[in-house]
Amino acid sequence: MSHAAASAVMGAVFNLNHPAHVVHWHFIKLPLANVIVIGLMLVAFAVAIALPFPGAARRAAARRGADGSYPVAGHPPSGGAGR
Amino acid sequence: MSGAPESSWTVKVREKAVEALPPEKLLPDGQPTYVASWIYMFGVASIASLVVIIASGSILALKGPAWWHYTGVGHFFNSIHMWAVELFFFVMVVHLWGKYWMAAWRGGRSRVWVTGAITFLVAVPTALTGYVSQQNFDAQWISTQAKDGLNAVGVGAFFNVTNFGQMYSYHVLLLPIAVVVLVSAHVLLVRRHGVVPPIEVGARLASVPAADGPPPATAGAGS
Repeated sequence: MSHAAASAVMGAVFNLNHPAHVVHWHFIKLPLANVIVIGLMLVAFAVAIALPFPGAARRAAARRGADGSYPVAGHPPSGGAGR
Repeated sequence: MSGAPESSWTVKVREKAVEALPPEKLLPDGQPTYVASWIYMFGVASIASLVVIIASGSILALKGPAWWHYTGVGHFFNSIHMWAVELFFFVMVVHLWGKYWMAAWRGGRSRVWVTGAITFLVAVPTALTGYVSQQNFDAQWISTQAKDGLNAVGVGAFFNVTNFGQMYSYHVLLLPIAVVVLVSAHVLLVRRHGVVPPIEVGARLASVPAADGPPPATAGAGS
């Protein structure tokens, strides 16, 4: 593959041969690329909270025990949580 | 073989270290069940990214600028290094958000929070010095912009961001050492104090004397 062809392939993903796109709202002025990354971080944060962890329900059920009560075991190794 | 005298500093350091961080806390075989959540994964994801950054950066340092600019393999490792940095900051910011909304400084964990925050602050100039050490027009542009910024805040006399040698030394030695030391301290403090529980669990735990309760419920190691 020639250098020109390789450049064409690599450049085909995003055309960067132009001034950066900027999101301008009142005093906030951010490059579009940064806005997209911030948006992706917010999505990752929301998904990490909403998505159940594999095996979490099974562990929680085992921890609750047969009587269905919710024990307070599982204290952190030290430090007295909640202070 | 005679025993070490009690006044030996090595004995004192060992006893203090074991008291602060006994082996079962340093290398636990389980974690509390509340750790089984995706939001708790971003801390270890940050460390994983840091490992890739250091490994790829070490290869770049061994081979030099001509290699990373003019060879295919050099381009590849250059990209690995750059994208690992992007991932590092991405997951570190989500980790920061998660711990902020969890009020992760609770339960005597203020030093955990502070070491994490300082790590973030030190990681920023570590990345900046990497951008200005690229040896290309991008580095020239960024360094001249950074020069104006640093001069504007009054620290331009201490850092010359247009000096490749100085910035490269900061990037490959001084700042990475600071980041690794801070991350190590952060992880050891997490081991010492335990992973912070969710707020509602923390409140419930605080109302129960731990010594009288059943043993901690644990999930599998690393979960």
